[in-house]
Amino acid sequence: MEKKIGVYICSGCGIGESIDPEALSAVAGEHSAAVCRTDPFLCGAESLARIKADIESEGVNSIVIAACSPRVMTDVFDFPPDKVLERVNLREQVAWCQPAGEEDTLMMAEDALRMGLVRLKESQPPEPFIAEDFSKKILVVGGGLTGMTAALEAARAGYETILVEKEEKLGGYVKDVYRLPPCDPPYENLLDFNLEDLTAKLSSEPGVKVYTGAMVASVSGAPCMFDVEIGQNGATSSERVGAIVLATGSVPYDASKLTSLSYGTSPDIITARDLEVMFKGGDVKRPSNGQPVGSVAFVLCAGSRDPEHLPYCSSACCVESLKQARYFKEANPETPVYIFYKDIRSTGNYELLYKQLQKDGVIFVRGGVTGIDDDGSGALVITSDDVLTGSPIMSESVDLVVLATGMVPTSALGEPFKVQAPQEGAPAPVASDAILVSNLLNLKYRQGPELPGLEYGFPDSHFICFPYESRRTGIYPAGTVRAPMDYQQAGTDAMGAALKAIQCVEMVSAGKAVHPRAGDQSYPEFFMQRCTQCKRCTEECPFGAINEDEKANPLPNPTRCRRCGVCMGACPERIISFKNYSVGMIGNMIKTINVPDEYDEKPRLLVLACENDAYPALDMAGISGLSYNPWVRIIPVRCLGSVNLVWIADALSKGIDGIFLLGCRHGNDYQCHFIKGSELANTRMTKIQETLDRLALESDRVKMEQVAITDFNLIPKILDDFAEKVNSLGPNPYKGF
Amino acid sequence: MADAQDSARTILVAGGGIAGLSAAVEAAEAGFSVVLVEREPFLGGRVARMNKYFPKLCPPQCGLEINFRRIRNNPLIQVMTMSEVEKIEGEAGNFTVAIRVRPRFVNEKCTACGKCSEAAQTSIPNLFNSGLSSVKAAYLPHEFAYPMRYVIAPEVIGTPEAKAIEAACAYGAVETDMAAKSVEVKAGAIIWATGWTPFDISAISYYGAGKYRNVVSNAVMERLASANGPFKGVISRPSDGKQVKKIAFVQCAGSRDENNLPYCSSVCCLASLKQATYLLDQEPEAEVSIFYIDVRALGRHEGFFDKVRQDKRVTLVKGKPGEITEDPQTGMVTVQVENQETGKILKDQYDLVVLAAGMVPSTAGQKIPAPAVAYDEYGFVLSNGQTQGIIGAGCNRRPADVSSTVQDATAAVLKAIQACRR
Repeated sequence: MEKKIGVYICSGCGIGESIDPEALSAVAGEHSAAVCRTDPFLCGAESLARIKADIESEGVNSIVIAACSPRVMTDVFDFPPDKVLERVNLREQVAWCQPAGEEDTLMMAEDALRMGLVRLKESQPPEPFIAEDFSKKILVVGGGLTGMTAALEAARAGYETILVEKEEKLGGYVKDVYRLPPCDPPYENLLDFNLEDLTAKLSSEPGVKVYTGAMVASVSGAPCMFDVEIGQNGATSSERVGAIVLATGSVPYDASKLTSLSYGTSPDIITARDLEVMFKGGDVKRPSNGQPVGSVAFVLCAGSRDPEHLPYCSSACCVESLKQARYFKEANPETPVYIFYKDIRSTGNYELLYKQLQKDGVIFVRGGVTGIDDDGSGALVITSDDVLTGSPIMSESVDLVVLATGMVPTSALGEPFKVQAPQEGAPAPVASDAILVSNLLNLKYRQGPELPGLEYGFPDSHFICFPYESRRTGIYPAGTVRAPMDYQQAGTDAMGAALKAIQCVEMVSAGKAVHPRAGDQSYPEFFMQRCTQCKRCTEECPFGAINEDEKANPLPNPTRCRRCGVCMGACPERIISFKNYSVGMIGNMIKTINVPDEYDEKPRLLVLACENDAYPALDMAGISGLSYNPWVRIIPVRCLGSVNLVWIADALSKGIDGIFLLGCRHGNDYQCHFIKGSELANTRMTKIQETLDRLALESDRVKMEQVAITDFNLIPKILDDFAEKVNSLGPNPYKGF
Repeated sequence: MADAQDSARTILVAGGGIAGLSAAVEAAEAGFSVVLVEREPFLGGRVARMNKYFPKLCPPQCGLEINFRRIRNNPLIQVMTMSEVEKIEGEAGNFTVAIRVRPRFVNEKCTACGKCSEAAQTSIPNLFNSGLSSVKAAYLPHEFAYPMRYVIAPEVIGTPEAKAIEAACAYGAVETDMAAKSVEVKAGAIIWATGWTPFDISAISYYGAGKYRNVVSNAVMERLASANGPFKGVISRPSDGKQVKKIAFVQCAGSRDENNLPYCSSVCCLASLKQATYLLDQEPEAEVSIFYIDVRALGRHEGFFDKVRQDKRVTLVKGKPGEITEDPQTGMVTVQVENQETGKILKDQYDLVVLAAGMVPSTAGQKIPAPAVAYDEYGFVLSNGQTQGIIGAGCNRRPADVSSTVQDATAAVLKAIQACRR
């Protein structure tokens, strides 16, 4: 598009007192802006009307707003989507953090405007990716409580749903469940559970198609265009769906590994599930001799909270055991019931069930169980370290011992998927995350067939703020495959994941990205003629968005893409670009920075700041009236993972003295919104520092720092320290070349 | 803005904390118009006042910023601050909601330049910091406030000071004659997410909260530890600003107690473990005692519990303190407790005692202004009320941590969409 540029400079909010608007107008003139106006109240109605008039009568189609941060006044500076808009942050990141009227302050503002103008010139309005054969159907994998609920509720919201269950009968774990813990006042009474009722509702709901005795043989494609092969009775059906809810649940921890709890030594030591089956079948007796159970002991944390087995807490077993203890007390209040526990974790209203069982006379023993033995008469005694007395104690003899085995997510089962070995001579790929071949989704994705996991084999996500977002766009885990949880929570989780699936098909079918750049219509385009098949983009995409053909050419899937630009940062040939974000664009922004020669003693520091956290922190420093080094020139990036190393070279050859990357915390407790972006940037920076050392250029000139959004009070020191360090190295030797 | 809205495709969300905020963005991104009604002048509610989240120890502002960006980018969301739902009439698919908007005395022309604050003389208690600091009567609620717009305190309205504040604004943004108004909105479904309040710990007379300055609630502790809090993040005693070295956390302050809240508030164990790390991270000589009944660190939080309890500066004691007293001279707080594992009576002094106050649903006090909504005896909204299409979410429904609240809010959107189809 032929650009006609209008530059609008605000002199309000202290900008005019800090920076000479005339000098900025001169910069606009250098960049052949068709219109340049300064206004003391740019966000006011009159000024906005003037901009609109310029758009209509002067044909201005590219607008620079040099005023406040792009994080504010977004509803005011809102122009039609075919116009290109660039916000230059003169207020928070110049006027409010620099001394007014100084030469350095003006130079900072001039460079900010120059960079904004370059970005504007190289930016095109995005064209959304929309294909003709998009599907809005929802696939639910797993027909247990979570999956059945997800399918039913999505259908009731008006979306066609396909449910795939591996067994012949729907229900999963709840097939064998007798009753449920209380969820209604007074929170003391167990609830009846009717699986047949739920199954009937599902089968009578129009828009739900159920495959039982079926497995997902493969999933290829991308959101709104997933092609799913479903294997059933030796035949294969194909379905095209828009989004997927993964509800394959968990399995009880393998009790045979619990030798310390004597599992396997007596038929009367059973698991919680075994007991549930007995009650469901109405046939509760001692497995050893078929006699009635006259007394029972429950051993909690059988496998859970144990570094030897499952280090995490399985969340539901305390309440599940309380429920089962109540079965016995309801049948016969006189039955002796013991519960051996570490902590009773009956959160929320389940506390009232716990209270009820205390009233029922259940005996709670706190301490680690050290042995379960035959007392010589065929009954069992439990030895535990009683924390109250500090000495081992033995229980009365009981007829039955129930082990509350923990939950293992189905995503944690299976062997690790091995990433293809890198080509010879190519740099080693970054450590791949755990993807196990667990035969749940069988994704035809280059990075592996299932969702990448985080700790304990649960699918990786921002589990605090955005619990459903997995690392595979359009695939939302729910229920106990996502995290250990009880029945009630699983039902809620199913509905949440169903909503996310619905949202995904609505956003994607309109050509928009989903979380976290929700609504973004740009997507990466590949200039394939120059591709060297190095595979970095396909290996490093945190979301597995890019497949490969047999010759290792990247095959992008725009609807899988989260628009972080990690591929763009990875590409050594610089062939990956967005319409409004590219390697060349940022490179040219860097090249437009005015670098005074070394005798001016005005070093220049390039700050590449993550736009999600570091950039707002820089804004907050300004809002809080903190000031920092005037040599810094800030460029926001979508993610540090999108930083291409050529920008470092661009900056150094331009004579810029130091390059500072500000991004999010990485590691297991990462804060990077694109999960791997800041970690990848860190790895790449380590490499470039080695290169710099080889070139006898001080590697200290390039640094990466992890900052949180709330670190605004630390920002001045972080920047000043870096400036001091770079200054101590002397000017960049390339300056002036 | 969703002015000319198709009411059957509009969801009204009451409450702009993490539950309401999440519900609003999730609904809008599913294609529905949303009216988000928040009582305070800014969004974020209780999480905006928190220093960090467990178990990652990351700042809540990070996730809030993403959600605010989702709001800014989505024309389907209309945010109303300083507003409260007064009345709901109608049925699923066709509700009429009356909303009362209190005057901010600042209009949308505000650029947040801060000149009004410079002109203000009067100081008022800073409620963002639980009243532990003060702000000018013309103030930005906090650095990350969304919307980023000042507020004029009603205390100065009608005074010459208000005129001076008005005159200081170059943009005509201050309107000291702004009046409260009522607005009517049509909606197909309503998500009620007005959150929770900490249990009033002064009700536990033997703990002395309210009487002793160095006995604070866990909600106040978040402010004491925050960089934008009253002590700039250096944890200090409210009585004299002395830096805290020795701290005690008293769990189940109100919760699991038949005289107060019979239920468990679900989050306080982890909140206290998290707050312990605030002090451990800034004070090498910290001494932390945690008095508990059971430590309820569910799921992956067990790993976090492990990490904290392995710190040698942390002592966990199973026991419920019987009495807390404060020395009026030194401000030191004495806690007396029977260690249930040893049977011994412990008595020790601390710089600061944090009571892990339980969660009370806001609906325990302020009910949903609609007929036939069902509650349990503690005020939690039940899902089996007679009015379809009014959906409780987050801590209105049960005590929950942030992650479970987001989960619940997302699920509530699906129910709301179903109700809109009726």
